[in-house]
Amino acid sequence: MSERVRFFQTGSFAVGNRLLPLDARTVQSDPSRSNSLTSGHRACRGCGEALGARYVLDAAMRATGGRLVTVNATGCLEVFSTPYPETSWRVPWLHSLFGNAPAVASGVATALKARGRTDIRVLGQGGDGGTVDIGFGCLSGMFERGDDVLFVCYDNQGYMNTGVQRSGATPPAARTSTTQAVGPEPGNVFGQGKSAPLIAMAHEIPYVATATIADLHDLESKVERAMGFHGARYLHVLVPCPLGWGGDAAQTVRIARLAVESGLFPVFEAERGEVTAVSPIRHRVPVEEYLRPQARFRHLFEPERRADVIDRLQAGADRNIERFGLLRAEERFGPPLGEGS
Amino acid sequence: MKAPFAITLRVGSSLANKTGAWRTERPVYVDRLPPCNDACPAGENVQRWLYHAESGEYETAWRELMRDNPFPAVMGRVCYHPCQTACNRGKLDEEVGINAVERFLGDEAIRRGWTVSVTAPPTGKRVLVVGAGPSGLAAAYHLRLLGHEVTVRDAAPRAGGMMRYGIPAYRLARDVLDAEVDRIAAMGVTIELSSPVPDAAAALRDFDAVFLAVGAQLSRRTEIPAGDSARILDALGVLRDVSEGEPPLLGRRVVVYGGGNTAMDVARTARRLGATDAVVVYRRTRERMPAQPFEVAEAEQEGVRMRWLSTIAAADGGTVTVERMRLDETGFPRPTGEYEELAADSVVLAIGQDVDRSVVATLPRVSVADGVVQVGADMMTGQPGVFAGGDMVPSPRTVTAAVGHGKQAARYIDGWLRGEPYAPPPRHPLATFERLNTWYYSDAPATVRPTLDAARRVSTFAEVVGGLDEGSALFEARRCMSCGNCFECDNCFGVCPDNAVVKLGPGERYAIDLDFCKGCGICVTECPCGAIDLVPEET
Amino acid sequence: MLSQIEGSRAVAETVARCRPQVICAYPISPQTHIVEALSALVKSGRLAGCEFVNVESEFAAMSVAIGASAAGARAYTATASQGLLYMAEALYNASGLGLPIVMTVANRAIGAPINIWNDHSDAMSQRDSGWIQLYAEDNQAAADLHVLAFRLAEELSTPVMVCMDGFVLTHAVEAVDVPGQAAADRFLPPFQPRQVLDPDAPVTIGAMVGPEAFTEVRYLAHVNQLAALARMSELAREFTATFDRPLAPLVSPYRCADAETVVVALGSVLGTLKDTVDDLRAAGVPVGVLGLTAFRPFPVEAIRAAIGPARRVVVLERAFAAGVGGIVAADLAGALPDREMHTVVAGLGGRPVTRDSLREALAAAFSGKLAPLTFLDLDERLLRAAEEVPS
Repeated sequence: MSERVRFFQTGSFAVGNRLLPLDARTVQSDPSRSNSLTSGHRACRGCGEALGARYVLDAAMRATGGRLVTVNATGCLEVFSTPYPETSWRVPWLHSLFGNAPAVASGVATALKARGRTDIRVLGQGGDGGTVDIGFGCLSGMFERGDDVLFVCYDNQGYMNTGVQRSGATPPAARTSTTQAVGPEPGNVFGQGKSAPLIAMAHEIPYVATATIADLHDLESKVERAMGFHGARYLHVLVPCPLGWGGDAAQTVRIARLAVESGLFPVFEAERGEVTAVSPIRHRVPVEEYLRPQARFRHLFEPERRADVIDRLQAGADRNIERFGLLRAEERFGPPLGEGS
Repeated sequence: MKAPFAITLRVGSSLANKTGAWRTERPVYVDRLPPCNDACPAGENVQRWLYHAESGEYETAWRELMRDNPFPAVMGRVCYHPCQTACNRGKLDEEVGINAVERFLGDEAIRRGWTVSVTAPPTGKRVLVVGAGPSGLAAAYHLRLLGHEVTVRDAAPRAGGMMRYGIPAYRLARDVLDAEVDRIAAMGVTIELSSPVPDAAAALRDFDAVFLAVGAQLSRRTEIPAGDSARILDALGVLRDVSEGEPPLLGRRVVVYGGGNTAMDVARTARRLGATDAVVVYRRTRERMPAQPFEVAEAEQEGVRMRWLSTIAAADGGTVTVERMRLDETGFPRPTGEYEELAADSVVLAIGQDVDRSVVATLPRVSVADGVVQVGADMMTGQPGVFAGGDMVPSPRTVTAAVGHGKQAARYIDGWLRGEPYAPPPRHPLATFERLNTWYYSDAPATVRPTLDAARRVSTFAEVVGGLDEGSALFEARRCMSCGNCFECDNCFGVCPDNAVVKLGPGERYAIDLDFCKGCGICVTECPCGAIDLVPEET
Repeated sequence: MLSQIEGSRAVAETVARCRPQVICAYPISPQTHIVEALSALVKSGRLAGCEFVNVESEFAAMSVAIGASAAGARAYTATASQGLLYMAEALYNASGLGLPIVMTVANRAIGAPINIWNDHSDAMSQRDSGWIQLYAEDNQAAADLHVLAFRLAEELSTPVMVCMDGFVLTHAVEAVDVPGQAAADRFLPPFQPRQVLDPDAPVTIGAMVGPEAFTEVRYLAHVNQLAALARMSELAREFTATFDRPLAPLVSPYRCADAETVVVALGSVLGTLKDTVDDLRAAGVPVGVLGLTAFRPFPVEAIRAAIGPARRVVVLERAFAAGVGGIVAADLAGALPDREMHTVVAGLGGRPVTRDSLREALAAAFSGKLAPLTFLDLDERLLRAAEEVPS
C-alpha cells in the first residue's frame, strides 16, 4: 500500500483534497481525467459497475500514460456502454463474447508483444458471471501462462444483465431469480460459490487484489500497483447493483463500504500467492447493517427475523476477519502531523 | 478500408444520449448552518475561518473572523466556546478545538501586527458608545467599519470593562487585551476613559445615536448575620482591585460564596494571593453549578476545595457557620438545620451582579424589567436612537454574548441611521450530524493545549492555558468537518457514475450537468459534509 | 522445389512462410502435427516475430486469435472435429467482427460416437458461420490455399478456413512444392488491419446492434462473401504468376466438358473419383468430376459453367444432415434446379471410399437405378445386428 498524506478534515478518503498537491490526489479528482467510460451510457441509476469501470480504467490510463487497450466480456457493462450507434468508451475497446474475455485479452497482449508494442498495456474486464463462471477456464489459462494482462472482475454477485440470476459469486442467502426467497431455506445455498481472488492466488501470479468502489484511494493504488507488474494480474472489485441487490440507488457506494466494514468482503493484496497487505476495517459493523438495506436479504428480516441465517452470515464475516486479520491490520497511514515524519 | 458497419464505433459517441431525461430527482448544492456557527453568541462564521486556517492562510482566516469579532485573541482565552459543545465532530471522536485555533489566529495577528482599515466612506453620523467593555468596543469597531464616527466613554481609567476588571490575568493576559483594544482605537475610534456618562438623554443631543453597554457591575449582596470583625468582600471588588494592582488582604483561609464562574475566578485568585485554603461554598450540587466545568476542574487542580449543598448562615471573626442543605424532589435546596463551622479569614460574595441603571434614569421611555434594560429585536430601547446591549440587557452575560450584542447593535444602529432598517439574513437550516458521511474523515483525536503546571499556578498570574504552536493549530483546524458547507473535496465529482458533476475550479465548487445526471443521489449520500440535497424534479 | 513431405508439415512450413505473428492452438487429432511443427518453428527462432500460445481449449484458441487479430497481428490457428464445435461461438464472433484469421481444419468426424477419423461433418457444421471455407484436394492444394487464404482474408477482412482431410492428407507423405519465402513475401504483403486496437486512434469494436441495423450488418457480410468469389479468381491468377503453378480457387472440373453425369465432391476423395472417372471414360461412360474448392462462398456461376449441359449430378458427400440428406446437394440443387440430383453419402468416420464402390454407384446412376439418397457401402449385416441387440 502506497503511503498517503494524512489530512484529517477530508481524511485520506475523499476523492480529492484541496490541501494536497495535485499529484497526490486521486485520478478521479482531476478535471482532465480520461473519463474512459463517458456520459450517456445506459447503466441504471446509481450503477456501481459503471462507477467501478471508470475508476479502474481512468487509473489504468494514468498508470500507463494513456497506452491502454481494453477487452470486455459480454454483460451489463458491455450492453449499457455500446448500443449502436453510440459507444461510451473513450479507450480502445474490444468486445468478443461472454466467456472468452481473458483469452481475447491474452491474444491482444500476445499480438502487441509480437508486434514489438509492449509500450501498450492490456486490461480485460467483465462481470462476475463472465469472470468466475463462464469465463473461468479462459481466466485460469491466462493466469497460468502468465500473459501480460490485468483482468478486472466487477463483481455484482449475479447475472444482473439477464435478470438477476445466481452466479458462482452470489453470496449465501441472497435472493436471486434462480434462488428465490421461498421454502425453508430461502435464497442462495450456503456452502456454494467460490473466491476467485483466492483461486487466482493459487496460480501464483504476480499480483492479486480485491477492492471496492467505496475506497477510491485504495482502488486506484491497486490499479497503479497492478500496472507496475508484468504478467497476469487480477483485480476483483465489488460493485453493488441497485437493481439486483434491491438497494436505493443513492446507497450504492455506502453498501459497498458496509460489505467491507462488516468483514463480508475482505480487501487485500497478494503477490505470488501470498497475502501482502490487508485494508483494515475502520469502523466495524455487524453484518445485519449491511444486509438490511438490501431487498435481496429482506426475507431475513420479514416476516420474522431469521437469526439463524444472519448468525451464519456473521460467522462467515468473522471468519474473514480472523483469516485476513482485518482488525489486526497495521494502520495504513503514517503518524499524524506533528508526531514525527 | 472502412471499419465494419455498426459493429465498430467512434469513441465517445454516447454523449449524444442525454440520460438526464431519466431523472425524477436532482441533486442541489446547499449551504447549511454549521452547529458551531449556530452556537456562536458572537455570530462568527467559524466553519469559514477554519476553512482558511486549514490551508495555512492565517491572515485570511483572521480577517474572516474579524468580520464578526474584533477580539480573537481574547476570545481564544475567555470564550466558553459553545461552538465546541455543538461541534458535530464531538459525536465522532472529540470536538474540534475551535477556541484554541481562534487564540492562535488572534495571537498571530498581534505578533505580526495585522491591522484593520476602514474602507467604508464616512457617513457623517456620530455615535456615542457608553461603556468600553466587550459589547461597547465591539459595537464601536463595527460602527467604525461602517463609516460612522464613534466615541466610546467609560467611567473606568482603562478600557476593557469586565475583560479587564472581571477576568483574572491568569485567564487573559493584559498585554493581549491591550493589543486588541488598541487595534480598535487605531481605527479611529475615540475612547474617552474616566468619563462617566451620567445622563444618556443629555448625550443624545450631541450624537445621532447612543449605544449603552455599561454592563452589570454592581455586586449583589445577601443578608448574612455577621459580627463586627467579619471581613466580607464582594467578588467584583476583589477582582477589580487585583486588576488595578492593589490586591486586597484576604488572609490564609478564604471562603467564596457562590457557584458561578466569578466564584471560581475569585477562589483561584485567592490561591494566587497566598490563601492556603480557598473553599467555595455553594448551596446546590456540582451538576447544578452554573460555573463552566473546566473552570471548576482547573480550580480543583489548583487546590480550591468545594463544599456543595451548603449555605452560609453566619460569619464572624475567623469563623463561618455553614448550614447543610438537601435538594428536594424539584431540585431546590432546602435547609436541614445541620450546621458546621469553617475557619475563614474572609468571605467573598460571588452571588451575582446587577445593572447600574442610573444612565437611563433620564429616559422615561426606556423600560426596565427584572433589573435589566429591555430592548427590542433591533436592540433599541424604548427611546428612539438609544440602543443597549451586553450584560445590561437580558443576556447570558458572557464576553462572547456581549461581543455579539455589540455587532448586532452596530448593524441595527447603522440601519437606523441610514433609514434602512437592518434585516438579518435568513439562517440556513442546521447541518446536523446525521447529514454527514463521516467515513471520509480520518480518525483524529483533538489536540490538547499545553497547560501550566498546577504547582506553579498558585504562585503566578501567568496564563494557565497556553496557545497551540502552528503545527498543532493547523492540525486542529483540519479536524473541522465543514458541516453543511462544500469544502471542495471532489467527492461528488468522483462518485458520479455518469460523470454528470462538473468541477468549476478552486473556490468555484461544482455544478450538476443536467444533460446526463440520472438523479441517482450517490453524490448526496457520499458528500462528507452533507452539502447536497436531492429534490424532486419538477414535472 | 518439390519434396516428399507429410501434409501437416507442408502446411506448417507454408503457414510459417506467411509470417503469422500469433499462433495459438489446442491439440486435437489429426491437427496435432501441424501445430507441433509450428511450435517448433517458433521456439527454434526459425519463425521470427511470431508468438506461439498454448491455450487451454479450442474456444480459447479462437478467442486468442480474435484478440490478436484485433490488435493488428496476423493470427493463425488449427483444429478439427470437436475442437471446431467447441470454438463455434467464437467462429461466428470472428467473422461477425470481420477479423481476418486463417485456420486449418483437419477434417474429422464428430461424435458421439467418438471417432477420430476423417469426414467433413465438422466443417460442414460450421458452413453458416460466416467463414470462407476452402477444401483442399491434395497436399499441394492444402499448402497453396493457405497462402491464398491469408491474402484473401486480409483483403476482405474476413476469416478463412482451409479444410484438409484428417489423416488422409495431414498424415500423408507426398511430393509438395512448399511455397518459397521470397515468393510468399511477394504475394502476401504485411497485414494492414481494417480496424485495430490502438491508443492513438481508439475505436470501439464489437458494439451491440439491435433490430434497427442487424439485417444490414448481415447483408453486408453476404455481399462481402460474394465479392470474394471474383477476388479469388484474380488472386489465383496472381498466385500462378508468382509461384508458377495452377491453383483452383473455386472449382476444379475434370473431364466435365462433354459429360452427361458430373460427380461433385470436396477434398481428397477427388483423387479416387478422378481415377474412377478415368476408368469409366475408358469404358465410354460420359462422366466427369467437379471438385469444389470454395464451399463458402458457394461459387454458383463457376459451378454452372463447369457442369455445362450435363443432365445428371451425383454429389459425393463426406457428411450429411440426418433427416434430410445431402448438405452440398441442397446447395447445388438451388444452383442447378433443372438437373437430376443424387446424393451419395460416403466415407463417414474414415471409411475408405473405393473405386469399386464408386464405379458401382455411378453405373447405377447411368442405369437409372441410383436412389436420390444413397449411403455407399452400407453394411446390411451390421444393421441387422443392430436390430438384434437386445433392448
